[in-house]
Amino acid sequence: MDTGTPRTTRRQLLTAIGMMGGSAALYQAMTTMGHAAETQFHGSPQLTGARKGATVIVLGAGLSGMLAAYELTKAGYSVRILEYQARAGGRNWSLYGGDTYTELGGATQKVGFAEGNYMNPGPWRIPHHHRTLLHYCKQFGVQLEPFIQFNHAAYVHSTDAFGSQPKRYREVAADFEGNVAELLGKAIDQKALDSDVTAEDKEKLKEALRGWGMLDKDMKYKTGLISSEHRGYERPPGGGVDGAPIPSNVFDFHDVLASQVWKNMSFFMNHEMQTTMFQPVGGMGMIGKAFARQVQPMITHNAKVTKLFQDKSGVTISYTDTVTGAATQAKADFCVCTIPLGVLNQIENNLQPAKQAAVAAVPYSNSVKIGLEMRRRFWEEDDFIYGGHSFTSQDISLVSYPNNHLFTDGPAVLIGAFASGLGAYRLAGMTPEQRIETALQQGSVFHPADYRKNFMDGASVAWSRVPWTLGCCARWNEDTRKEHYQTLVAVDDRVVLAGEHASYVGCWMEGALLSSIDAITRLHKRALEA
Amino acid sequence: MTLFTRASLFAVLAGALTLAALAASPAFAQNAPSATSAQDRGDSAGGATRLTPPTSGEQVYKQVCQACHMVDARGGSGAATIPALASNPRFGSDAYVVTMIVKGRGAMPGFTDLLPPAQIANVATYIRTHFGNAYPKPVTEGDVLQIEGVKPAAH
Repeated sequence: MDTGTPRTTRRQLLTAIGMMGGSAALYQAMTTMGHAAETQFHGSPQLTGARKGATVIVLGAGLSGMLAAYELTKAGYSVRILEYQARAGGRNWSLYGGDTYTELGGATQKVGFAEGNYMNPGPWRIPHHHRTLLHYCKQFGVQLEPFIQFNHAAYVHSTDAFGSQPKRYREVAADFEGNVAELLGKAIDQKALDSDVTAEDKEKLKEALRGWGMLDKDMKYKTGLISSEHRGYERPPGGGVDGAPIPSNVFDFHDVLASQVWKNMSFFMNHEMQTTMFQPVGGMGMIGKAFARQVQPMITHNAKVTKLFQDKSGVTISYTDTVTGAATQAKADFCVCTIPLGVLNQIENNLQPAKQAAVAAVPYSNSVKIGLEMRRRFWEEDDFIYGGHSFTSQDISLVSYPNNHLFTDGPAVLIGAFASGLGAYRLAGMTPEQRIETALQQGSVFHPADYRKNFMDGASVAWSRVPWTLGCCARWNEDTRKEHYQTLVAVDDRVVLAGEHASYVGCWMEGALLSSIDAITRLHKRALEA
Repeated sequence: MTLFTRASLFAVLAGALTLAALAASPAFAQNAPSATSAQDRGDSAGGATRLTPPTSGEQVYKQVCQACHMVDARGGSGAATIPALASNPRFGSDAYVVTMIVKGRGAMPGFTDLLPPAQIANVATYIRTHFGNAYPKPVTEGDVLQIEGVKPAAH
């Protein structure tokens, strides 16, 4: 908010604080002034003055590993990256037509999407406050476009409500808010809130409830032109003779509650889910590709790490070339290890026992994403849905519509499942063909006439079967955070861990990058002290 | 300049409401982790799944375990290995099987959030009597409740 203070004064003050107290003090001051509370990013790390000839080996060419390599190289280190896959980017990944993917267990999918079409198996949306990621996207030339996160016209479906028929989000959400407003109004009139709210505030609250909940002058939420302003019309306003709108009928409150629409509503209120959100033009994998352009000569691909050993003289990494089978060793003064914990846990190492215990203590989550290519955009052309998500209580959890190339002809890829928990285990246990069949069957609830008819090709990624992660993301809880987190992130002599698992922004690319910056900053300090 | 602005007051209030939501949500959690769960942050679909949980040992295996250990229980190997459950000599110990399902190991989570003790017993019995394992003594719900930290199912 504008406090009326000239901007230059504020900036000068912040600059002065930053110079005197460092970035932490600057951050503290900015937070107090109502700025910057959205992120712990204070700019790229600006490391300088590495000892001549100092070397670092980075394990993993995901975002955290590549950022570490990029920044440490700028600081003066000689850096090498070992990567298990033939591709850089890690979980930042898009599948395009022509790509082949083999999951654990051996099932291989050949993606048949039309040219330019893709699905993002992992990350797919970027919050506007993930400033680290946005910073490097800009620096590395990744073009971003809006990700349509919130669409009032998309559907809500629950097997427990409305006879299992999907309803538009706007209708169900408006009815939830309207009913809550009416009930709260009744509570006020029945003096149930007299001990909590002053007489003056009671009137203000009633006015708010009437305006927010679309209540009539008698504080009732009911079918009429007032409620239709939020939930939509039976016949919308038009021109000429039949221009007058006809209101839509409000739903039975029992169904509204049974739909659990409040979960969808509160989901959109989460800090990480708030609009505006972004996606890279051409697929999320464009970010990994852009990072890789900065560090590609440093990467050795197809390297399966088998041993991590450190002593007074340095770090020795044993690895096997997955193509030739040749076993090799690489040595460096220091190591940034970004290998997912479930994988690292199986690699022989001589890290401190407490660090090993921390690595072993964190299980991984299990989401499943399915991409379905459809012959035409029937959701746009027939249902007026442009991006956003339709939610369902079935295994697939949602259908999410493409955010790009709106209003175009030709095939488009939608997300036909983003499952977690039991739904994801069920889908993961299926063959790729069974997953597509299940996604088509469940997703048809939203578009019964068109879903199957327009299906062309599908691809699925079950993260519990991804060969290089054995899961989606690290699943910390309050107990494991308390017992193991600080141990996990601490520099262990010459080795430091980085990645989303070493952050409190778990499962987000932002967490991987913030972790990387913090890890290399501390490793650099330790290297200069040695 | 006022440092404690109206905006910062709102931020404090909003923070308090968010914390209240975080504290309240696990009690309502269904099968899928809620996006607002304090344990499981990160991206999620944002809906409310209502799935019929598996009951028999075979159902639990097919709908949960198979996601990683495969239809033939032979696991898989990439950058690391998902162990085979087939012909596994360790399964002679019923406590070993149950402890693994309850506590997990490495990337594998414990399954007490997803499966009540009776279903853990059912699937332990199923695994011990299939896939080349022949340990016929059934695992009971009582055996599962012996493991530290396991709570009886809420009825």
